[in-house]
Amino acid sequence: MRIQLTKRQPLPTWSRIAIPVGAIVTTLILAAIPILAAGGNLWKSYYALFYGALGTRFNILETFVKSSPLMFTGLAVAFAFRAKFWNIGAEGQLLAGAIVATWIGVYAVGVPSIILLPTIMIGGFLAGGSWAVVPALLKTRLKVDDVVSTLLLNFVMAHIMGALLFGPLQKPDASWPISEQIVEAARYPILLAKSRFHLGIPLAFLAVLVVWFINTKTVFGFRAKAVGVNIKAAHFGGINTTSVIIKTALISGGLAGLAGVGEVAAIQYHLLSDISPGYGYTGIVIAMLGNLHPVGVMFSAIFFSIINVGSQTMSRMTGVPSYISGVMEGMALIVMLVFLLMNEYKIRVVRK
Amino acid sequence: MINDIFSVTFIAGLIGATMRMATPIIFAMLGEVITERSGVLNLGIEGTMLMGAMTGFLVALNSGSLWLGVAAAAVVGMIMSLLMAVLAVYLGLSQHVSGLGITLFATGLAMFIYRLQFGSPTVPPTVVPFARISIPVLSSIPILGEGIFRQYSLTFFAWLLIPVVSIVLYKTKVGLKIRTVGENPFAADTVGVNVNLTRTLCLVTGGAFMGVGGAFLTLAHQNMFLLDVVGGRGWVAVAMVIFGNWDPVKGTIGALIFGLLDGLQLRLQNMGIQIPFDLFLMIPYLITIIALVGVSRKASVPAGLLKPYRREEKGG
Repeated sequence: MRIQLTKRQPLPTWSRIAIPVGAIVTTLILAAIPILAAGGNLWKSYYALFYGALGTRFNILETFVKSSPLMFTGLAVAFAFRAKFWNIGAEGQLLAGAIVATWIGVYAVGVPSIILLPTIMIGGFLAGGSWAVVPALLKTRLKVDDVVSTLLLNFVMAHIMGALLFGPLQKPDASWPISEQIVEAARYPILLAKSRFHLGIPLAFLAVLVVWFINTKTVFGFRAKAVGVNIKAAHFGGINTTSVIIKTALISGGLAGLAGVGEVAAIQYHLLSDISPGYGYTGIVIAMLGNLHPVGVMFSAIFFSIINVGSQTMSRMTGVPSYISGVMEGMALIVMLVFLLMNEYKIRVVRK
Repeated sequence: MINDIFSVTFIAGLIGATMRMATPIIFAMLGEVITERSGVLNLGIEGTMLMGAMTGFLVALNSGSLWLGVAAAAVVGMIMSLLMAVLAVYLGLSQHVSGLGITLFATGLAMFIYRLQFGSPTVPPTVVPFARISIPVLSSIPILGEGIFRQYSLTFFAWLLIPVVSIVLYKTKVGLKIRTVGENPFAADTVGVNVNLTRTLCLVTGGAFMGVGGAFLTLAHQNMFLLDVVGGRGWVAVAMVIFGNWDPVKGTIGALIFGLLDGLQLRLQNMGIQIPFDLFLMIPYLITIIALVGVSRKASVPAGLLKPYRREEKGG
């Protein structure tokens, strides 16, 4: 018995929407297994999940709050993957952005908000971007595999952050790795009363629009796609592939850096070692689930945010551990991968 | 204080710590070497180790038998890798993304099961961990003996596995098959080797090693399960495979360097010496990135790595 894959005619356009939707539905069905195993009532659990994420004004806004960093890291990964720059390093780039935002935010006393906010955003963008350019240079100049180098650089950056948090950035009287608070003027304004709905959220939606614009309306977006489809052909077609990969890395890392800026400037107000619960890694899943399309990324980031926020409520109301969200995220990725394969191939189990 | 560092006790202790800290890396590295030699990069390693750590702890706690825990960790490692085989070998999905997906899934699952079992207690449950055993005569060699020959039995087992994996890979027919499948799956297929089955068996064997590496952390190194117990050691193992040029012995050298730095920073910290230990822990990653530059020049990476094998797409 073996599995046989045969290429099929491309499915019509509707499949591009049907596939992620199908993957999400399948994930919700599969997640019933761990929920039931945890002794949760299925309907009550799913009700709690969606009520917790979308049931009240506050809950909805909280879901948006959580979706902002995911949108940024998802876009970062999708943008890089589209040009086949395998950026697994969004986590490290996020931290780079958070570190620079903190550094500026702590010391820029007396600088008005109107100058300081753009400064920390640009600073965070450039920090994340340049951290991503390192593996891009290693890839283009020295042919170093980008998957492994971007992955390893995450740990280098995490340790740089650790060294800073136990060193120059540490709050003077603290024994924990935690920085001083950033000044008021460096904080993202809250846009809706009685919530945490901050500037970083419309910014994330703006980033979706910008990435979509770059991808579809600019020469650079066309070149990046060409490099992703076939780097050799792109090269022979007269595209400077090295330049494309480096610019892609800069933008990708910059987007991840902005996720870090948001966590410091809108949520925590200081840097601490667990500033990111793995948003960079989740970004990879979100990018895949969104089929590397910015609008897809937007929806899958919101979906993940619903699971994350809702699982807390589900945990309180039914006793199903909130780690169910991690299980569901992993499931969603695996299911999506299989669904994407079915888009391209017919899968048959044949007896030999 | 300098005298303290160069004292016999300190050095003996450091050698012992190096061996201990290197043990989980050696298990995982050997598992990853076997897997990658057959042409599959298993980035599910981090999650597989966490599942091993959790399962090993859970089974040992409930059964009272540490060895049963180790065995269960191996089995769970095999199951996680079997899932990887379905995705990356039989369906031919991207090895990077499948592996990361498995890590994500396994990490979530390990934490989920642990919470389900224990809730969130203020004092985490513990097991009585493995005791270190001394090898008679050898352990009384001055300085070295105490460090090297008084260890956990799992550490000795890891060291036993290094030559075994080496010999199997380089000196046996099975090893030749594995390496051919990793280098040139089409050639292997032509001479009648079942490429996908070979890759699956390598994944499963490697997964067992990874699971045991995880169990070492909860049953010997520590006596409890913490959510960050693996703490990136799986990724370190992937790095050490590259550092060691896909060779079990050279990979062990990498694992020992990591163990030494890890052991040293812990010891210096305990002595109250203020060092930025994060800078210490960064070194293995930096060394590996530098090693990557060398590797890309020498091209010793298995030629079939990352490429799913589809017979009908030969030359495509």
